[in-house]
Amino acid sequence: MKTLRDLFKDYRFSFSFIVLVFIVTMALLSFFSPYDPTLWHVVPRDMKPSADYILGTDSNGQDIFWQATHAVRNSLVISLIAGLVSRVIAILVGMVAGYKGGNMDRILMFIGDSLLVIPLFLIIVMLAMLVRQHMNLVVLGLLLSLFGWAWDARLIRSVILSLREREFTKTAILSGTGTIKLVLNEYMPFTMPLIFSTLINNMSWAIGLEMTLALLGLVDLNNPTLGTMLNWAIFYQSILLGRWWWILTPVILSLFMFIALYWLSVSISEYLDPRTRIQRVGA
Amino acid sequence: MDKLLEVNELTKRYSQGNVIARIILTAVDNVSFYIKPAEIFTLAGESGCGKTTTAKVVLGFEEATSGTLLHNGKPQTRKEKVWVTEGVQAIFQDPFSTFNPLRTVDSYFHETVQNFRLAHSKRDTIDRIDRALRLVGLTYPEFAGKYPNEFSGGQLQRISIARALLTNPKLIIADEPVSMVDASLRMSIVNLFKQLRDELGVSILYITHDLATAYYVSDRIAIMFRGNIIEMGTVEQVLMNPRHPYSKLLRDSIPQADPLKRWTTTVTLAELEQEEYLRQGCKFAGRCPDVMDICKGTVPTDIAIDDVLVKCHLYSDKQKI
Amino acid sequence: MAEKKRTILRTEHLKTFYLLEVQGTQKIVQAVNDVDMRIYENEIYGIAGESGCGKTTLLKSLFNDIVPPLRLIDGKIYYRINDNEVDVTSIGPEEKRKLRMEYISYIPQGSMSVFNPVLKLKNTFEDFIGSHVSGQSREEIFELAHKQILELGLPKNVLDVYPHQLSGGMRQRVTIALSALMSPRIMIGDEPTTALDVVVQRGVIQMLKDIQKNLKNTIILVTHDMGVHANIADRIGIMYAGKIVEEATTEQIFAEPVHPYTQFLINSLPKFGDKSLRASVPGSPPSLADLPNGCPFHPRCPHVKEICRQQMPDFSQLDENHKVACWLVGENAHG
Repeated sequence: MKTLRDLFKDYRFSFSFIVLVFIVTMALLSFFSPYDPTLWHVVPRDMKPSADYILGTDSNGQDIFWQATHAVRNSLVISLIAGLVSRVIAILVGMVAGYKGGNMDRILMFIGDSLLVIPLFLIIVMLAMLVRQHMNLVVLGLLLSLFGWAWDARLIRSVILSLREREFTKTAILSGTGTIKLVLNEYMPFTMPLIFSTLINNMSWAIGLEMTLALLGLVDLNNPTLGTMLNWAIFYQSILLGRWWWILTPVILSLFMFIALYWLSVSISEYLDPRTRIQRVGA
Repeated sequence: MDKLLEVNELTKRYSQGNVIARIILTAVDNVSFYIKPAEIFTLAGESGCGKTTTAKVVLGFEEATSGTLLHNGKPQTRKEKVWVTEGVQAIFQDPFSTFNPLRTVDSYFHETVQNFRLAHSKRDTIDRIDRALRLVGLTYPEFAGKYPNEFSGGQLQRISIARALLTNPKLIIADEPVSMVDASLRMSIVNLFKQLRDELGVSILYITHDLATAYYVSDRIAIMFRGNIIEMGTVEQVLMNPRHPYSKLLRDSIPQADPLKRWTTTVTLAELEQEEYLRQGCKFAGRCPDVMDICKGTVPTDIAIDDVLVKCHLYSDKQKI
Repeated sequence: MAEKKRTILRTEHLKTFYLLEVQGTQKIVQAVNDVDMRIYENEIYGIAGESGCGKTTLLKSLFNDIVPPLRLIDGKIYYRINDNEVDVTSIGPEEKRKLRMEYISYIPQGSMSVFNPVLKLKNTFEDFIGSHVSGQSREEIFELAHKQILELGLPKNVLDVYPHQLSGGMRQRVTIALSALMSPRIMIGDEPTTALDVVVQRGVIQMLKDIQKNLKNTIILVTHDMGVHANIADRIGIMYAGKIVEEATTEQIFAEPVHPYTQFLINSLPKFGDKSLRASVPGSPPSLADLPNGCPFHPRCPHVKEICRQQMPDFSQLDENHKVACWLVGENAHG
C-alpha cells in the first residue's frame, strides 16, 4: 500500500495508471459486446456518434465503440505475449551470458548482436508474409518476441557482469548457495527495475510494430486490432470523407496508450532503482 | 609434518587482448607454500603481486593454470568445491560489499545453516548463529532483520567473520580484511584472528599489504613480488631481518608510526610496471641496489638460510635446496 | 621554535554542515563543528581521523569550497595574503577563482578521474592553464611545467602520454607536481597517498616534503594513516566527530597523547619488534547526523565523567603547541 501511495506522488504514474485502468476496462468490456467483431453489416454504415452508437459506425457496418474494445483487447494481448516471451528470453540469455561468461557469452551475444544489426523491420515483414495463412494473435506475439529481446538481454548481461564481481557473490557461494538460487536471490532484485521498464517499453514497441504490419496488410484484417482499425479507416478514405470519428478512435487510443506506457515505465523504474531503494531502506 | 593446506607449484596465467595481439601475463608464478593447523600465515606484497589471485585459486573461484592444492593431504580440484566451503571459508576486503545491500544480513546466516544442514530446528539454527556471533562480540538480537547499511564497517567485518565461522572451518582466507576498516577498530579484527587461532585452532591465510599488522598477528609470512614468493619464513626472521633486497625495501617503506624513525634515504620507483612482469631473470633486477649481471638473465632459485627461503642470487653461494 | 611563527590560515568557530533532504525529511550532518585552528607558514600540518569524522569536509572548507549541500553555518576563515588577513568566506567567485592555484591549491585523492582519459596529459594541462593563467604566457607556463617535472625526478616525456599509460603512483606524482606549479602558499592534500602501494607512497611523501622544502610553503594533509603523519607532519590535529580534539607537534602526539581518543589511536598502532596485545577503541564512531550530547567521544570513553555527557569541553593549553579538549585535562579537570 505504501508503495502505491509513494508511486501516486508522481503525476506521471497517476496519469498512466488512470489511462491504463480505462484501457483495460475497455478491453474487458469487449466480452459484453453485442456484436461479433468479425461480422460486417451488423449496424447501419457511416453513422456519426450518437446515443445509439457512442462512437458512430464505420463503412463496414460495424459499431466503432465495440470494435474498439476488441481492438484494444487484441492489441494488449499481442503486446503482452511479445513483451513477456521476449522478457523470458532476454532474462535467460542475459543471465546465462553474464554469469557463465566465456564461450557461452560470446555465442549468445553474437546471436543477440546479429539481431540488433540486421534490418529488423524487413525481416519481420518477410516472416509475416511467410506465415500469413497462420497469422493470429499468438503467432504475431511470438514473432515479435523473437526479435525484441536482444538489446534487453545485453542490458541484463551488463548488470549481471558487474554484480558477479561484487563480493557478495562470493559470500553467497561460500554460504553454499547454488547457482540458480544465487542468480534469483542476489541478482534478480537488481535487474527487476530493468526488466519492468523494458517490459513496458517492449509492449509499446510491439503495439507500434503490429500497427505497422497491419497498415501494410500483413495481418489478419478481419480480427480487429488498433492497427487493423486504422487500416480500414485509411482504406475507406475516412479523412477525405470527413468520417473523423472512425480514424480518430484508434489514433487517440494508441496515442494515450503509448504515453501511458512510457510514463509508467519511467516512473516505475525510477521508483525501483536499487540506489533510491537503498536510500529508502536506510531512511 | 602436519599440513592443513599445501599449495604446490601454483601458476596462474591470464591472457589479455584478442587473437592477433595477445599478451600473456603470469599473475602467479610457480608458488609453493603450506599452512599448518592453528597458524596465521601471511601473504604480503604490493598490489599486482599475485596474492589475491593465489587466494582466489585456493578458494576455487579461479582455476589454476598448473600446480596442485592439497587439503589435509588430499588433492583438490576446482570440481570438488565442497571442501572449499565447509572446511575453508573466506572474508573479503570491502565489508560494505560483502553482503547484498538489498538483503538482510541475517539471511546469509540462515542460508549457510540451511545449505550445509548444520541445524535441525529453528531454535537450533538461531542458537548456532548466536554462538558464532558471540565469538566476534555480537549477539543475535542486535543484528536480526537489519540491512548492511545499518552497521559500521568494523561491525560488518566482524559479522562477515561470524558467518565464516558457522561451518566450523579449519581455515579462513582473509583478503585484506582490515584495509577498509577504520584505524581505531582495525585491531579489534586482528585481535579476533589471534583469538580464533588460540581458542578454536583455526588457521588463517592473512593476505595484506600492511606489514605492521602482519608482524603483529602472524606466525609465518611469505613476501610476494610480481607473481613470485621471494622470501618466506617466520615473521621475526623475515620482517626483523629481511634478506631479499625487495623485502628490505618493502620493510623500510612502511611508514612507521614513530616520528623518531623517519625515513632518511630515498627510493626509486618502477616507471613501467608491465616491464617488470615481462622481465627475464629476477623481476626485481631493474631497481635492485645489489643487482649483479646474473640477475638480469637467470631466475634465482629458492635458497634456504636458517629456515628462511630466499629467492635471490646474493645468497646462491649458500646451500641450495 | 624561538621565533614567532606567522599564521597563514586561521579559522574562527568554523561550522559547516550538510543540509540534506532525504525522502521529505531534513537531515543535518554536522561535518565541521566549531573548529578553531591556526596554521603557520612553512609547516606541514596533518589532520588525522577516521572515515566519517568530517576531515574531508574540513579540508573543503579550508579550501573555501563550500557549495551546497555543504553550507557555512557560522564562523570565519582567514587567509593571510600579502600581510593582510582576508576573510575568504565573504569574497566573490572571481576572487575565489584567482586565489586557487596561485595562492592555495588542492591535491585530490589519487585516481584516474583527475585527468580526462581521452586527452594526453599535456592537453588536459593546457585546459587547466587556460583557466588559471595570470600575466604569464602559455609558453612560459609550459616551460615552467617541464622544469618542475624534471626537478621532481619525473620522466620528461610524462606530459606526452595518456593517463592510463601511467601507473597510479606516477599519476599521483604528476598531479602533485602540477598542483605545485604556481608555487602556491598553501597546498591542501586529501589522502594523497591512500590506495598507493607502500613503496610508491614513500616516493610520494618524499616528493611532498621536497616541494615544501623548496617552496617554504604550508601543506595541510589529511590522512587516516598515522604512519604517514609520523613521517611528514610537523604538527597534527586529531579530529573526532567534526571537532579537533587534540593538537600538538608530531613528537608530542606520538610520545605523550593526552585525549583518551588519541591515546587509543596511538596505542593501537602495531609496531615492528613488539607483539604485545594492542587494544582498539571500544564501540563505533558516531554518525555526524546524530551526535551524542556533550563530548562526542563520551560513549566510547573509559574515563567518562558526568560532565562529559552534558557539555563539550573547551581547549586547555598544555604548553605552547599542545592543546586538548577534554574534561580530564588542565583547568577543565578542576572545574
